Amino acid sequence: MSTYLTKRLLYMLVILFAASLLIFCLYASTPGDFITGNIKLTAERKAELREIYGLNKPMLERYGIWMNNAFHGDFGYSLAQQKPVLQLFNDYIWNSFLLAAVSTFLTWVIAVIVGVISAYKQYSWFDTLVMVAIFAAMSLPSFFIGLFLIKILAVDLKWLPPGGMITTGSNATGLAYLKEVVRHMALPVVVMTLLGLGSLTRYFRSNMIDVLKQDYIRTARAKGLKERKVLFTHALRNALLPAITLVGFELPALFGGSLIIEQIFNWPGIGQLYMKSFGLRDYPLLMGFTMFIAILTVIGTLLSDILYRVADPRVRL
Amino acid sequence: MKHLMNIEGLSTVFYTEEGKVAAVDHVSFQVREGETVCIVGESGCGKSVTAMSIMGLVEAPGGKVAGGKIDFAGEDLLGMDPNTLRAIRGNEIAMIFQEPMSSLNPVMKIGEQIMEPLMVHLKLNKKQARLRAIELITQVGIARPDQIADSYPHELSGGMLQRIMIAIAISCNPKLLIADEPTTALDVTIQAQILDMLREFKASGGMSILLITHDLGVVAEMADYVIVMYSGKVVEEGGVVELFNNPKHPYTKGLLKSKPVVGQRLEELYSIPGQVPNPLELEPSCYFHDRCEQCLPVCRSRQPQLKELDGGQKAACWLYEEAEVHV
Repeated sequence: MSTYLTKRLLYMLVILFAASLLIFCLYASTPGDFITGNIKLTAERKAELREIYGLNKPMLERYGIWMNNAFHGDFGYSLAQQKPVLQLFNDYIWNSFLLAAVSTFLTWVIAVIVGVISAYKQYSWFDTLVMVAIFAAMSLPSFFIGLFLIKILAVDLKWLPPGGMITTGSNATGLAYLKEVVRHMALPVVVMTLLGLGSLTRYFRSNMIDVLKQDYIRTARAKGLKERKVLFTHALRNALLPAITLVGFELPALFGGSLIIEQIFNWPGIGQLYMKSFGLRDYPLLMGFTMFIAILTVIGTLLSDILYRVADPRVRL
Repeated sequence: MKHLMNIEGLSTVFYTEEGKVAAVDHVSFQVREGETVCIVGESGCGKSVTAMSIMGLVEAPGGKVAGGKIDFAGEDLLGMDPNTLRAIRGNEIAMIFQEPMSSLNPVMKIGEQIMEPLMVHLKLNKKQARLRAIELITQVGIARPDQIADSYPHELSGGMLQRIMIAIAISCNPKLLIADEPTTALDVTIQAQILDMLREFKASGGMSILLITHDLGVVAEMADYVIVMYSGKVVEEGGVVELFNNPKHPYTKGLLKSKPVVGQRLEELYSIPGQVPNPLELEPSCYFHDRCEQCLPVCRSRQPQLKELDGGQKAACWLYEEAEVHV
């Protein structure tokens, strides 16, 4: 196990090194930079600024500086926001994480329950209804559902606020603040849950259908166990095993924000910051963020491998 | 001997996309107390479905028991509510299966899997159940029972897993043990051990065994009474000695002829020509007629009924009906 871990950690370093090189070179060789877009500057001033920011140095040298700083805990300085990238992440990521954590939790819980019932009562009216709903949810684009819900629930019925994280100009604190945030996040969470629910429910349904056909389920029934026990003790654990792979992918998704949802609901998350930085060609921030997602992806994969080892006695690392 | 189980006119059908299939078609037989009854037949003749019908485990979407009566120790299994049936299953009627490798939950410790029926049916607590499980593992002849109880199915061999299955099956002292091809997936030496073990438990516990097999060697070794099935119907039944010495139905004769004899080398082993008919295309006839060497005109148009012949054997064959008609 420990030799395996050491080996995996070494691989991770190699992968991250390659990823950093790729990320840096791709962004660095994109034509134009933060300064190019500013039409108010004269050519001399632009050259001066490039000299100050070190943008006129050769690409590999710039990569070296970037990496060196990164090892010292400095992931760059956002040119547009004039703040360290890490500080910006800290300001925005937790807002995204809040949405993602709640909606991921809801998605998994609902998907498991609906998937299990649907598989157990395959071809029943419930199952048919679920399948239709899944395909409907999967075929509607997120911006459509988002805008549709804003129109109905926020604009027409005025039940929920249409966007933002707190009411404009509000200085609520404590419980009142919490209540405000909850009300604001309701709509984006619903939309994100709906979007993830379809594929995950289908996934659990088909896993469960496969497992229910297995011989050991027949054995469990032949022992005279209650159906509830057969389903949840014997079948569910086996049906959940393949989903561990997905857990690895959920990690970057939890912190990565959502480009579209945050835009629609005007949620101050990292996805929105990312989109804005794209327009401004704020490369230090973009590179830092992409690298951050790469790190999370690699960690997520390792995590899912370790989880397999814990959950499935047949897996030996 | 008293009847433990009396099955009358059992029919189990499956609704498939191509149509309705009668996998078990008006099957009747009895199992007496302390008796071993073997059901023999080719693949697809309805042996396993008969067993699953008794257990009430016919796969719900598509399959269902369409008619008949299963009387077990004075109670009607088919008319029973699911909870009462569940209390009998694994308790008074236990079952072991063909594939020990896939019959145990891969992510659950062996010990826990043996403990489950003990806790459900005998209401033992966790500690007592664990002790009993370890006893049971010893009883089925596995060394280091503590260690085995804490291992997972993939760490054991097929033979050991089948022993564990037997341990689970006998854990609540069942009155009837249904064994569905328990030795088919195992190699020959292990087969003999497993069969010996079943016989031993039968002798000591006084249980009856319903053994499903296609292996006539197993039948000769184990059975008191034999039921031969073909295409979902019983074609012949009788005591094991009579049936082996004096088979009546041409299908039984064919089966016995196709069994290899130790010490006798033949260029080619006899096999019954043709194949089991497609269950979707069955017509009123003897289902065996197109493979039968003694086929009569009547066999193609009418189905023979199971009739008692001399010597207590029963067969469903026009050969014997005709004889009576001529007399």
